[in-house]
Amino acid sequence: MEKRVFFKGWWLPALLVAPQLLISFVFFFYPSGQAIWNSLFLPDPFGLKTEFVGLDNFRFLLSDPYYLASFKTTVIFSTAVSVSSMALGLYLAALADRLIKGAGVYQTLLIWPYAIAPAIAGVLWLFMFNGNIGLASYYLKALGYEWNHTLKGDQAMFLVILASSWGRISYNFLFFLAGLQAIPKSIIEAAAIDGASFWKRFGTIVIPLLSPITFFLLVVNIVYAFFDTFGVIHTITSGGPEQSTTILVYKVFSDGFVSQDLGSSAAQSVILLVLVGILTVIQFKYIERKVHY
Amino acid sequence: MKHLKAIIASIALFAMFAGTSLQAKVEIQWWHAFGGRLGELLDEQVNKFNASQNKYTVVHTRKGNYSETLNAGIAAFRAGQHPNILMVFEVGTASLMAAKGAYVPMYQLMKDAGQKFNPNGFVSAVSGYYTTTDGKMLSMPYNSSTPVLWVNKDLMKKAGLDPEMDLSTWKRVGNALDAAKAKGIDMPFCTCWHSWVHLENFSAYHNIPFATKANGFAGLDTELAFNSPVHIKHIQTLGKWAQEGKFKYMGRRNEAGKNFRAGECMLMTESSAGYAGIKKEAKFEFGIRHLPYYGGTEAPQNTIIGGSSLWALSGKSKEENKATAAFLAFLSKTDIQAKWHQDTGYLGVTTAAAKKTKSSGFYKANPGTDLAGIQMMRNKVTQNSKGLRLGSFDQIRGIIDEEMEGVYNGTKTAQVALDSAVRRGNVLLRRFERANK
Repeated sequence: MEKRVFFKGWWLPALLVAPQLLISFVFFFYPSGQAIWNSLFLPDPFGLKTEFVGLDNFRFLLSDPYYLASFKTTVIFSTAVSVSSMALGLYLAALADRLIKGAGVYQTLLIWPYAIAPAIAGVLWLFMFNGNIGLASYYLKALGYEWNHTLKGDQAMFLVILASSWGRISYNFLFFLAGLQAIPKSIIEAAAIDGASFWKRFGTIVIPLLSPITFFLLVVNIVYAFFDTFGVIHTITSGGPEQSTTILVYKVFSDGFVSQDLGSSAAQSVILLVLVGILTVIQFKYIERKVHY
Repeated sequence: MKHLKAIIASIALFAMFAGTSLQAKVEIQWWHAFGGRLGELLDEQVNKFNASQNKYTVVHTRKGNYSETLNAGIAAFRAGQHPNILMVFEVGTASLMAAKGAYVPMYQLMKDAGQKFNPNGFVSAVSGYYTTTDGKMLSMPYNSSTPVLWVNKDLMKKAGLDPEMDLSTWKRVGNALDAAKAKGIDMPFCTCWHSWVHLENFSAYHNIPFATKANGFAGLDTELAFNSPVHIKHIQTLGKWAQEGKFKYMGRRNEAGKNFRAGECMLMTESSAGYAGIKKEAKFEFGIRHLPYYGGTEAPQNTIIGGSSLWALSGKSKEENKATAAFLAFLSKTDIQAKWHQDTGYLGVTTAAAKKTKSSGFYKANPGTDLAGIQMMRNKVTQNSKGLRLGSFDQIRGIIDEEMEGVYNGTKTAQVALDSAVRRGNVLLRRFERANK
């Protein structure tokens, strides 16, 4: 039952797709091409001279154990951010969906953190956990727990995950809530009359019906964790201690804009581009099959 | 009627010219890294210059910390939007020196503008950092400091120690920390600028190389050398103190300064320029001591500087360069330098300013403020104590900081960490050598 539309002539379809093509070219093909081109050169920071080095930038990167370690860091970070923010988003959405009084107020309050830019969110959490002036670190110390994320890698990781997930919970909450409200009440009521418990109903009806939204959120959250979190990381840890919070995209940023090594930074962008391409293909090819529309 | 028209026309013409002569003030931009008390003092200097003459206006903008300022300047240069004057910290010196064509060398700038400028008026330990091997000054020293030991005398007393006790060696410092820990002092020791104090200055002070080829002064093919037994011994000691809770790590830059000023930390190694903030905020009696060293070595040799110099970036009009020259010459005046030195704790970078400060009785009234100068100039400078000139050094410092964090949190020994830092740093030095051949 596929719908197909045929155009007579070629100029109308060409005109209709032109804006999309133009945008893709300006914002995707042109910069990607530049990144690939730049990854073959070793320029000085001021852009006064440059040398063609072939694949040396890639060789340099792949022989750096810290670069290889940042792949692992990225996997841990992205998984933790996506899973925790989606799980909490779903949990809160399920609760808010059952509210009878004041639902609007709760929903608004829960969506609020999404309005905060990642870098600002980073600074907020940093203040709370700051070793000098932070309230959270002060109370943790009172409880006998030594908090020092400038030195302890696992604490630093926890903090950047917390700060990155926080705003995302709202986003996920919003989508899950919409998804829950779109599920026909009659199906759930019918199951309830048949004697299915809450958890049974949730597991066999709600979750499968939410799967398109869950899949969408999974893709969006992983893209977010991969690319949009460097503001949080920059403000909280700058990738430290010992690069334990340096995810791939942060390394692109810090090598390019902090260390002025544009050749290496471009090479990393190319690697990241390939990686995300593969990841997206996998998601659509294998995970999407399990989604019921 | 004709007359009136002529009068109106001439008034209009006059007004136009008057207007342009007002606008004809040449405006130049200065990007810097100073906030807080230092930012206020810098603003004061700029206002003084702007009020002192009517040809030029200097506009200053803070671009974040030292690294951020350097990067903002470099990025702006690539985009052709750079300021006339860029503040570059000592670590970025080699990067700028190698970027011939990105800046107008100081001697050239002053000559072109016809400014009287005496490079020999600067203290050589400072100006040597910014001067080529054939004696040409490339940038103007602005703020230079050297690390010293800051003492919270009230906490010393609380620890049952004599606040005037001898703290000249790390061994004695260690004993004091033991006593403080035993008395329940939460933060006996803290430090700012780990690499700068505990490896870079440490090397110069003990007269051992930080890097080969005279710490990079003699060529781009330099290699790092800060994994000698003396270095390892010191970093291992710091690691041990961290494990025992005597040394608290607060961050890579000057974060620990907050803890000291709040009266939490008993002994702190920090730049002599911590003075401005400590004097303003500390509600306890503080003292300044020389940086400690290890007995049985060549220490104390002399320490080296940290801080920044001002670079005149290229690609600006002749008029603007003149303004830049006038402003930089103004900053090197004795009055300005002496006031800066006394207000901030930065070294008096001209000999005249140091002399003036001494004759004004400032050192007597503020004991300890002369220590930094003495410590820097106490001996004839050697190959190991002249300073550092290493490319990509901001990045290398980042690597050193990372590796040292491993020692402090107990996951690495000093040997492993320093070997690894040397190895990783050398890779960057080779990359820099290649990009700047």
